[in-house]
Amino acid sequence: MKVRALDRKLLRDLWHLRVQAAAVALLTACGVATFVGSVTTWRALQRSQAGYYADHRFPDLFAEVRRAPGPLAARLAALPGVAEVEARLGAYGTLELERAAGASITARLISQPPGGSRLDRLHLRTGRGPARPGEAAVGEGFARAWRIAPGDALAVLVNGRREQLTVVGVAVSPGTIYAIRPGDIFPDDRHFAVVWVDEATLAAALDLTGAWNEVGLVLAPGAGAPEVVARVDRLLAAAGGGGAYGRDRHVSHRFLTDEIRQLKAMAAVIPSIFIGVATFIVSLVLSRLVATQRAQIGMLKALGWSGAQVAGHYAGMVAGMALAGGAVGIGGGLAMGQWMAGVYARYYRLPELRFEGDLPVVALALALALGAALLGAAGAVWRALELPPAEAMRPAAPPTYRPGLLERLGLTRWLSQPGRMVVRGLSRRPLRAALAALGLSMAVAVLQISDFTEGATSLILRRELEEGQRHDLSVTFTQPRGPAALAELRALPGVLAVEGVRDVPVVLHHGHRSYRTGLRGVEPGARLGRLVAADGQVVPVPPSGLVVSRQLAGLLAVEPGGVITAEVTEGRRPVLALPVEATVDDFLGAGATMARAALSASLGEGPLATGAWLAIDPARAGEVRARLAARPGVLGATWRAATVASVRAILDELMVTYMAVIGLLASGIAAGVVYNTARIAWAEREPELSTLRVIGFTRGETWRIVAGEVLALLVVALPLGAVLGVLAVRGVAAAMSNDLFRIPAVVGRGEVAYAAGLTTAVTLAVTLLALRWVARLDLVGSLDRRD
Amino acid sequence: MTGAPRLPVFQATGITKVYRMGEVEVRALRGVDVTFREGEFVVLLGPSGSGKSTLLNVLGGLDVPTAGSVRWRDHDLAVPDEALLTRYRRDHVGFVFQFYNLVPSLTARENVALAAEIARRPMTPEEALGLVGLSDRLDHFPAQLSGGEQQRVAIARAVVKRPDVLLCDEPTGALDAATGRLVLEVLAKVNRDLGTTTVVITHNASIAGMADRVLLLRDGLVVQEQLNAARKAPQEIAW
Repeated sequence: MKVRALDRKLLRDLWHLRVQAAAVALLTACGVATFVGSVTTWRALQRSQAGYYADHRFPDLFAEVRRAPGPLAARLAALPGVAEVEARLGAYGTLELERAAGASITARLISQPPGGSRLDRLHLRTGRGPARPGEAAVGEGFARAWRIAPGDALAVLVNGRREQLTVVGVAVSPGTIYAIRPGDIFPDDRHFAVVWVDEATLAAALDLTGAWNEVGLVLAPGAGAPEVVARVDRLLAAAGGGGAYGRDRHVSHRFLTDEIRQLKAMAAVIPSIFIGVATFIVSLVLSRLVATQRAQIGMLKALGWSGAQVAGHYAGMVAGMALAGGAVGIGGGLAMGQWMAGVYARYYRLPELRFEGDLPVVALALALALGAALLGAAGAVWRALELPPAEAMRPAAPPTYRPGLLERLGLTRWLSQPGRMVVRGLSRRPLRAALAALGLSMAVAVLQISDFTEGATSLILRRELEEGQRHDLSVTFTQPRGPAALAELRALPGVLAVEGVRDVPVVLHHGHRSYRTGLRGVEPGARLGRLVAADGQVVPVPPSGLVVSRQLAGLLAVEPGGVITAEVTEGRRPVLALPVEATVDDFLGAGATMARAALSASLGEGPLATGAWLAIDPARAGEVRARLAARPGVLGATWRAATVASVRAILDELMVTYMAVIGLLASGIAAGVVYNTARIAWAEREPELSTLRVIGFTRGETWRIVAGEVLALLVVALPLGAVLGVLAVRGVAAAMSNDLFRIPAVVGRGEVAYAAGLTTAVTLAVTLLALRWVARLDLVGSLDRRD
Repeated sequence: MTGAPRLPVFQATGITKVYRMGEVEVRALRGVDVTFREGEFVVLLGPSGSGKSTLLNVLGGLDVPTAGSVRWRDHDLAVPDEALLTRYRRDHVGFVFQFYNLVPSLTARENVALAAEIARRPMTPEEALGLVGLSDRLDHFPAQLSGGEQQRVAIARAVVKRPDVLLCDEPTGALDAATGRLVLEVLAKVNRDLGTTTVVITHNASIAGMADRVLLLRDGLVVQEQLNAARKAPQEIAW
C-alpha cells in the first residue's frame, strides 16, 4: 500500500520533470544508440569477415613467383605446418569493353582450375564460374560499374596477347574484397576489374602451361606462421619468389581489418561523451529535485520511511529516465547498426552480413546507461539519505555569499549588478559550473571531430593528388622499357611532357625490421610527380640515396644517415644497400623514392622505366587516349582528373550523411546541457528574479541574468571545446591512420568556427526559451516565499 | 502634516479582484473605492485574507484589478499592459516586503545599486544606505547582516530611485520590537524628508498611530477610515 503511494509520487514527479527527464533520456538514448550501433556494426563486420574467410577458404599465407613448375605445389603441401596448398596463375592486363570504349581499364586476371578453386573460392552473384576456354567471371564492383551481365563479351590484352572472353558469371572472393590497381590508394571500379578465367586460357596467354606463379597456403592447426614462411621462401627461392607473407600484408585483408579496427575505436569515443553528459545532467536535475523536495523528504522520514526507501525512490526515478532512454537507444542503435553494417557490407561486397542482436552488447549498453545515471544521482540521493527529518522539514538555510577572490582582486568593479549575480552564482558552485561548461564544450569537440574528416581528406587530396601529382596521365608499361619508349610517348601528338618512372617491388630491411613496399625511381628535377610533405613543402629527390616516407622510416626505425638493405623481389633479385638521405612526412603509402639514374645503376641495368607521367594538351586528350589504348606495351593509363573526381564523389557521398548525423547529435548535447543549466539557474533564482521584476526590471533585463549564466558557460566552453576538439581529433586521426593512410589532425579556423557557431546558435535558441519562463513569473506569489 | 491641501495621487474606484484557485473563485477585493494623496503616510490594517496585499499589489502595478478603475496620476493601472506596468514600477514605485527579498549574491551596496542602475534620477547607493543608517555595512552580503539590517537594505533599495510611492507589505513582520521601531523610523524619515507617498500593510494595530490615515479592510472592502490628528513617533509605539 505504502509502496504504491510512493510509486505514484515517483510517476507524478517524473511527469512534472518531463522536459528535463526527456533531455536525460534523449542523451542516454544517443549514447546507447551510438554505442550499440557502432559495437554491433564492428562485431557484425568482424563476424561477416571471419565467416566469409571460413566459408570461402581464404588462405593464411600467400606467395608470388615468376614461374614455378607444377609439382612444386605438392612439395609445398608436404612442408611441416602446411595443411593445404593451391597454386594458380595471376597476371595484370588491359581490358576492352565495347560500352567502355576509350576507358583504359586494368584487369587483374586470376585462373580458375576446372571444377573451381579450393582456396579463395568464388562467391557467385549471378551465373557460374569459368569452366571452358574463353569464359570469364568478372568482379562485382566492375560488373556493376559497367552493368555487365552473363552473356556480355569482353577482351583482355595480357602478355601481348588478346583473348576474347564471354562473361558467364559475376563474383566476389575473399582475396579481392578491397580491389585496387597496384600503386593506387583508392578503389576505382570503372577502371579496375577482377577477371577470373579458365586456367588453360591464362596459362597459354602467359606461356606458363604446366606451371604457376601464385600460391595460397592454409596453415595446419598450431603451426607458426614465421617458421612456415621461412620454409616456403627456401623452397620458392629458385622459382623467383618474392617471399611469402601472411594476411597482415595482404592488401585487401589489411584494409578491411583496419576499417573494423577504426570502427571499434570510434565505438568508444562518441558514446562516452553522450553518456558522460547525461550523467552530469542527471546530477543537475536530481540535486535540484532533492533540494526542492527537502520538506517532502523530511515528511516521509517523519512518517517512518527509512532513508534507504527514500533514496531508492529517487534512484528509481533516475533509473526510469535511463531505462526509457536506454530502450529507445537500443532500438535506434540496432537499427543504426544494421544500416551501417549493411552499408559497409555493400561497400566491401561481403556475400553475407552476419548482423546479430548481440544480447551482451545490449545488456552492457543498458548497464552503462543505468550505471551512469545512478552515478549522476549518487550525490543527491546521498543527501536525501543523510537529511535528519526535523531539519529537512525546515526550509533550507539561505545561500551564503561572502567576499571571495573576485572581490579581493577588485574584478567585480567593471560588472553591472546583474553581471555580479551571474558571476557569483557560478563561482559559488564552481564544480557544477565547470561540468556544465565541460558538457557544452563536448558539443564543440564532437562537431570538430565530425568536421575534421572532411578537412583532412581535402588536405590529403590536395597534397597528394594536386600538388604532388601534377601530371594529367600516368602510364604503366607491361614491362620495363628503355628511353625509346619514353621518346615514343613524347612524340605522340598532344603530349606536352614525359617523365619516366621506374617502380621496383622490394622488401626493405633495417636491422631486424623489414617491410614489403615499392621503390620508385624518378627524375631528380621531376615536375610532373613530386614528393610533397604534409606542410606543403616539396622534398627534392637527391641524385643518389633514398627519400623515404616518414611512415616507412618509423616502420624500419631508420633515420637520414642510416643505410637500408633493399631486397628486390623481381628480375635477378639483387640486394642493394641504399643510404637514406631524407624523409618526407607524406599522407599516403609507405614508399621509398630515389633518382631513376641512381636506381638503374644500383640495379646494374640501363635507364629503364616501368611507366611514365605525361602532361597532355587538354584539347587533344581524346586523341592521346585512343593512341595509348592501341599500344601493346602500355598496361594501363590513369587520368588523374578521373581519379580525383571518383575519390571526391565517394567521400562527398559518405560525408554528407555522416556530418548531418553528427551535427544533429552534437546539437542534442548542446541543447540538453543548455536547457538543463538554464532551467536550474532559473529554478534557483526564481525568487530573486521576481524581486527584480517587482523593482522594475523588464522581462528582457531579467532574462539576461539567466541568459548571462548560460552565456558565461558558453564563453568558457568555446575555447575549452576547441582545445578538447583538437585533442580528440588527434586521437581519432591516430586511430584512423594505418600503413596506407596517415590522417592529418586538421583543425583549421573554419572547423573551429563551424563548431563554435553551431554550438552558439543552439545555445541561443534554447536560452530564448527562458523568455517564456520570465513571462510566466508569478510576481505576487513569489514575494511571500521565505527562501 | 502641513496645512496645504494635498493632491490626490492614487484614485481607485470600484476595484474588484477575483482569483481563480483551481476550481474555487476567491474574491479578494469587492468594489474598493480609495484615494491616496501626495506625501501621505497610510496604514492598511485588517485580518489575513482581507485584501490588503491585493490592494497593495494593484497600487504597485504588480497585478491588475478584474473590474473597476485605478489611476496613479495619469497612469491607468487597470490596463494589463506588461511593458507599461514595468515602466511604472521602475520609475515611480518602491517596494518593501516582509522577507526582504534581497539578492543573496550581492552586497548591500550592490543590492541597492541594482535599483539605482535602472532609475531615472537616483541617489547614490551610499546615500540611500546612509539614509537607513547602514553607511558602515556597505560591502556586507545579506548572509552577513541581521534581519533588521537586511530590511533596511531593502528600504534603501526601494528609496534609492527617489520613488513617488513607497509600498510596504508587513515590513516589520519578521522583526523584533527594537529592530522594528528602527525600520519604522526609517520609513517615517523617508516619508518626511523625501515626501514619498507611503502605504504600509501591517497586522500590528499599534503601528497605525504613526500614520496620517488608517484604512481597515475586511472581506475585500474598506470598512473603516480613521484620520489621525497627530502622528506618533515610532519610538512612542507600543509593540
